[in-house]
Amino acid sequence: MKRFAELYSAIDATNKTNEKVAAMVQYFSTAPPEDAAWAVALLVGRRPRRAVNSTKMAQWATELAGIPGWLFGECYDSVGDLGETISLVLPPKGQPGSEVPLHEWMEHRLPELAKVLEDRQRELLTHYWMELDQAGRFLLNKIIGGAFRVGVSQELVIRAIAQASALDPPLIAHRLMGEWIPSAEFFKSLVSPTDEGESVDSRPYPFCLAHPIEGSPSDLGPIEEWHAEWKWDGIRAQVVKRGDRTYVWSRGEELITERFPEIEGIGSWLPNGTVLDGEILAWQGESPTRFGELQRRIGRKSVSKQLLAAVPVQLVAFDILEFEGKDLRQLELRERRRILNEIGNQAIANVRISPTVFADSWEALANEREASRSRNVEGLMLKRLDSPYLVGRKKGAWWKWKIDPLTVDAVLIYAARGTGKRAALYTDYTFGVWDGDRLVTFAKAYSGLTDEEIRQVDAWVRRNSVEKFGPVRTVTPELVFELAFEGIQLSNRHKSGLAVRFPRILRWRKDKPYTEADRLEDIRAMLTQLESEGISD
Amino acid sequence: MAKAILRVNDCGIYCEAGGFYVDPWRPVDRAIVTHAHSDHARVGMKHYLCSAEGYRVTRRRLGDDASIESLEFGEQKTIGSAKVSLHPAGHILGSAQVRIEVDGQIAVVSGDYKTDPDPTTAPFEPIRCHLFITESTFGLPIYRWPDQASVFAEINAWWRANQAAGRASLLMGYALGKAQRALSGLDPSIGDIYLHGSVHQLTELYREQGVNLPATKLISEVGPKVDWSQAMIVAPPSASGSPWVRRFGDHSTAFCSGWMAVRGTRRRRALDRGFVLSDHVDWPSLLSTIQATQAQEVWVTHGYRDTVVRYLTELGMKAKVLETQFEGELDDQPLEVAEA
Repeated sequence: MKRFAELYSAIDATNKTNEKVAAMVQYFSTAPPEDAAWAVALLVGRRPRRAVNSTKMAQWATELAGIPGWLFGECYDSVGDLGETISLVLPPKGQPGSEVPLHEWMEHRLPELAKVLEDRQRELLTHYWMELDQAGRFLLNKIIGGAFRVGVSQELVIRAIAQASALDPPLIAHRLMGEWIPSAEFFKSLVSPTDEGESVDSRPYPFCLAHPIEGSPSDLGPIEEWHAEWKWDGIRAQVVKRGDRTYVWSRGEELITERFPEIEGIGSWLPNGTVLDGEILAWQGESPTRFGELQRRIGRKSVSKQLLAAVPVQLVAFDILEFEGKDLRQLELRERRRILNEIGNQAIANVRISPTVFADSWEALANEREASRSRNVEGLMLKRLDSPYLVGRKKGAWWKWKIDPLTVDAVLIYAARGTGKRAALYTDYTFGVWDGDRLVTFAKAYSGLTDEEIRQVDAWVRRNSVEKFGPVRTVTPELVFELAFEGIQLSNRHKSGLAVRFPRILRWRKDKPYTEADRLEDIRAMLTQLESEGISD
Repeated sequence: MAKAILRVNDCGIYCEAGGFYVDPWRPVDRAIVTHAHSDHARVGMKHYLCSAEGYRVTRRRLGDDASIESLEFGEQKTIGSAKVSLHPAGHILGSAQVRIEVDGQIAVVSGDYKTDPDPTTAPFEPIRCHLFITESTFGLPIYRWPDQASVFAEINAWWRANQAAGRASLLMGYALGKAQRALSGLDPSIGDIYLHGSVHQLTELYREQGVNLPATKLISEVGPKVDWSQAMIVAPPSASGSPWVRRFGDHSTAFCSGWMAVRGTRRRRALDRGFVLSDHVDWPSLLSTIQATQAQEVWVTHGYRDTVVRYLTELGMKAKVLETQFEGELDDQPLEVAEA
């Protein structure tokens, strides 16, 4: 645990990518494989579930520290992070116990902690806290609180493992996909120079991700070199058919086969050794529905017959990564599309091939893009016809050319503290719009401001709090922000009766008095307008 | 009664029996200054009294024209009907607690203080008193300072690692006090140590006062061909991100402050490292110091005043918040003041 705590501190201490990678390389080159496997799991975000109730943790720590509850509250207020507050208020560690390796914690101590009754939990946790220093306690609290996070992307972790093992990053990325259990064997096969680990049937390929286009598409060169298709607004997924079984993977590398029986069904029509990449969409007639419909299917582990009938889904396939057991990723896109179209020609139920959007000039393509909203798509995807299927978010081959978002000017009405880097700063905002002479909650957003603006808003929130409910403060209505979002629909879960998709702060409207923020009826009109466009299509 | 010895008015903490103020914030005739930080030693007073150990740095702060008298630690002086003596506060070079005795009642104004070891200043001495006035900059149980030796070891290890990576080490801390304390912990066998001009001036005063510090070079006096990649540079916090640091090329930044104990504070400053090194008392020392004074009454100034007062009151002590204009450990970080 000490070694991993040191790695965590090293990553946490710096903003520099190279130093983060160097710290991880150092760790992966020297840590025993049974620990390194768990480090990989934690670093790529496969964190265990919460093992202990956090209110209980706070209570036990308060008692152990011998301070009154209100004082713990003051400390928490100042630190902004529960796990860290606990690690700081506890009495200094006792006799240094023998060092317990990471895998021992993850495989024995924590599962036991999660299983036992409360009194025993308290006993164990007290014992653990007192044998660790502050850094170790913080880490432990984060892991058992189910809130372990660290400032490295999966890509950086992959790069570090690749460097430590002198292998190619795409190979490591591939070996990290799908299902695996952190163990010495797993780590050994992860960094093995030979191919023994490659034959896991369920394993998907690392997804190729697109960057938003910079500047004008005409900068990309002749349009003839590009393939254009709609940017579908659904769930990115890979359908893997191998060894007579079908696996459906989300981009978050979650196995979602059971949630989407229609998509699993596709597998029975595909030959073994086939992997399709595409988007799962709720489909009605000849077009996808709004994302909100699909949302009813997301998060349901088991789906009822009624829901299956109400919100049927399909796969819109736009790439093929494996066919007849062969990895096709190095083929040019035009070649992969040709193979994909052959599968499309077999007319398999619940699969359609993402159609090419044809245009003979960038201007003509821009005109096509205008129809995005009425088609319930987010814009266009532009893919180089001669490009291979790349791993991760690489620039140059795939671009997303999204339509401009919808915007609303809304008033800041509640603020809550953020987490992580933003802990102790008021960074999570709730915005309201006018309904008559009242402001009603409209959306939450917590990204889009610069660090400097965050600081200014934080200071303003502290000076202008009206009420405090736990971590949330009600503030004087005054600040106006322009919010952008991708979609809007009716909702009975929100006070405003509207729900928006991907809300974010576009800019701080310092020029606008709060009385002139948008009104609910304006936003409803926006919705009506969108729907009429949708119907007219 | 102890209360009669001191009170706070518009100008500062006032002792009527002696006709003087301690660390006043508006112009008065007689000021006793606890130490040379700007929120305690302000210009504009007719006469000043400070510790002999702190005379040089106080003179530097107040200018050549100021009328400054000094007193050895422990030496007693009668001012009006008050007996006054100064005792080490352990905060920075020459920092003093002011002991004031009137009619057998004793009050101690501690200014800023710490009880942790510090090779650059005389160690804090607890003084028995009836009334103790304490700061509360770090008056929360989350603040418990690590052992100084281990912090120095971390700083030196960071320097070595930077050298190995071929980049300069830029260590920042308040120019008066923190910079010299950090300097005292640097291992000069690792490489050359360079000082920013403002740190250099004050460091020279420390040396004149007999404080033993590793050899240093003044940056503005070295030639253009310095290999910064092996160097340690000690600078004030304002250096961070300024054009001044460009000359060092690739460098790693670190900051020494008690605030660095909290992760969010560390991360918001976008530093490479934060070293927990404070010249104020932490929570356990604050409580043990109050206990050691055996004071019947405690007045709490700058910092987490309300929190500390509430806590002491719940322990059955007589405590109250004292409104002052002291700032504690700012470290050029206004954000923290808002939070404190």
